[in-house]
Amino acid sequence: MAEKGVKVFGMWASPMVIRVEWALRLKGVVYEYVDEDLANKSDALLRHNPVTKKVPVLVHDGEPIAESAIIVEYIDEVWKDGYPIMPSDPYERAQARFWAKYADEKCNAAIYPVFTATGEAQTKVVHEAQQCLKTLEKALEGKKFFGGDDFGYLDVVVGWYAYWLPIIEEVSGAKVVTDEELPVLKAWFDRILAVDVVKETLPPRDKLLALNKARREQLLSA
Amino acid sequence: MVAGEKKGVVLLDFWVSPFAQRCRIALAEKGLAYESVEQVLLGDKGDLLLRSNPVHKKVPVLLHDGRAVCESLVILEYIEDAFPLATPRLLPADPFARAQARFWADYVDKTVYGIGTRLWRLKGEQRAAARAEMLETLRTLDAELGDRAFFAGEAFGFVDVALIPLTSWFYSYEKHGGFSVQAEFPRLAEWARRCGERDSVAKILTKPEEVLDFIGVLKKHYGVE
Repeated sequence: MAEKGVKVFGMWASPMVIRVEWALRLKGVVYEYVDEDLANKSDALLRHNPVTKKVPVLVHDGEPIAESAIIVEYIDEVWKDGYPIMPSDPYERAQARFWAKYADEKCNAAIYPVFTATGEAQTKVVHEAQQCLKTLEKALEGKKFFGGDDFGYLDVVVGWYAYWLPIIEEVSGAKVVTDEELPVLKAWFDRILAVDVVKETLPPRDKLLALNKARREQLLSA
Repeated sequence: MVAGEKKGVVLLDFWVSPFAQRCRIALAEKGLAYESVEQVLLGDKGDLLLRSNPVHKKVPVLLHDGRAVCESLVILEYIEDAFPLATPRLLPADPFARAQARFWADYVDKTVYGIGTRLWRLKGEQRAAARAEMLETLRTLDAELGDRAFFAGEAFGFVDVALIPLTSWFYSYEKHGGFSVQAEFPRLAEWARRCGERDSVAKILTKPEEVLDFIGVLKKHYGVE
C-alpha cells in the first residue's frame, strides 16, 4: 500500500526547497520535512529522484515530483480550492512562467559569481547581476508583489532573493540590491519578509551566514 | 491591445529552429490558424522581434492579439491555457501526470540542444565529454519512454512535442559524435518514426540533411572549423 501524506525532501539552507514549503503552507497542507545531507544523500531521495538526484522532491501519497517550480505548480493544481498561487489569466500565467525561467536561468547564473568574486572582478559581476535584476524588476511594474496585490507564483519562485541576497552581500562584501540601483526590488524585499509563510520557514540567519561564509572560503581556496 | 496591432496568432519563426517547430506542431495538432513570420537571426534582427522579445531577442515568439509570449515551453502551456477547447490536449488532466510531463520537457530543454551544440562546436576532449553526456541523456530519455507509444502513454503529448523537433538534429549529433541512435536506442528511434507519421510532424520537421547543412553555416558564422 502506498504511503499516504506529503513529504518534502529538502536541505535547510536551500532556497529552491523553501519555495515548496511556501506553496504547501499557503495551501495549509501538513507535510513531513526530511532534511538531507547533500554530501551523503539518502536512499529514499535517490530512489525518488534518480534523474537529477537533487532536492527538493515532493512525495505525495508515495508519488515523487522533482524540480521546485514544477512542484509549486503541482501543489497549486492539487489543492486548487486553496490559496491561488498561479494567476488565472492565460497571458498572466505565461508572464509568470517566463519570468520564473528568466530568474532561474539568467539571474541565478549572474548572482552566483558575485558570491566568489573579489576585487575588480567583483565590480564587473555585481554590475551584471544588477542588470539581470533590473530586467526582472520591470515585471513588478509598481505592484505590491509580482503576483499583484497578493503574494503569487513568481514571488514564491524569486522571493528567496529577499533573504539570501543580503547574506551573499554580507559574505562577499558586494553591494547588489541598493536603494540607488534597485529601489523597487529592495522595497519588495521588505514586503516578502513580512509574508507569514516566509517568516515561518526562513532558516536562522546566523546559521545561514556561517554556512555561506564557510562555503565561500572553501571555493576561494580551491 | 494597442490600436493597429494584429488580431489572431502570429509566430515569429525561423525555418530550422526546433523550438519554433514545437509551437508550430502544437498549433497544427490543434488546428489553430496562425501566421508564421520568418525572422533574420544571423544578421540584423527585425524590429518586431526586438520589441516582442527584448529580453532574449530569440524565436519563437507567439503574438496573440498583439501580446507577446516568449520561450517555447511557456508558449506550449499558453496555447493549452488560451485555447481550452482546442484538441488534442497536450497536457493530461491529472496533476501528477502534468508534473511528470513538465519535468521531462524541462529535462529535454536543459540537455539535448545545449549538449548537441557542444558536440559540433568543440573538439578533442571537450567533444568527447559532450558525446558522453549526449549518450547519457538519450539513454535516460529512452528509459523513460520505455515500451510506451509516446512519453505520456497512448497519446501524443507535451514531452513528444518538446523532443520531436530535436530529432532532426540527431543525424548531425550522430555524425559528430560517432554513434547511432537506432543502434543504441532503438525504442527512441521507433518513437521518432511513430511521431513522424503524424501530419503535423511530417510537414514541420526540417530534413536531417538540411540541419547538417545549417550547422555548416553556423560553423562558418562562429568561426569553427
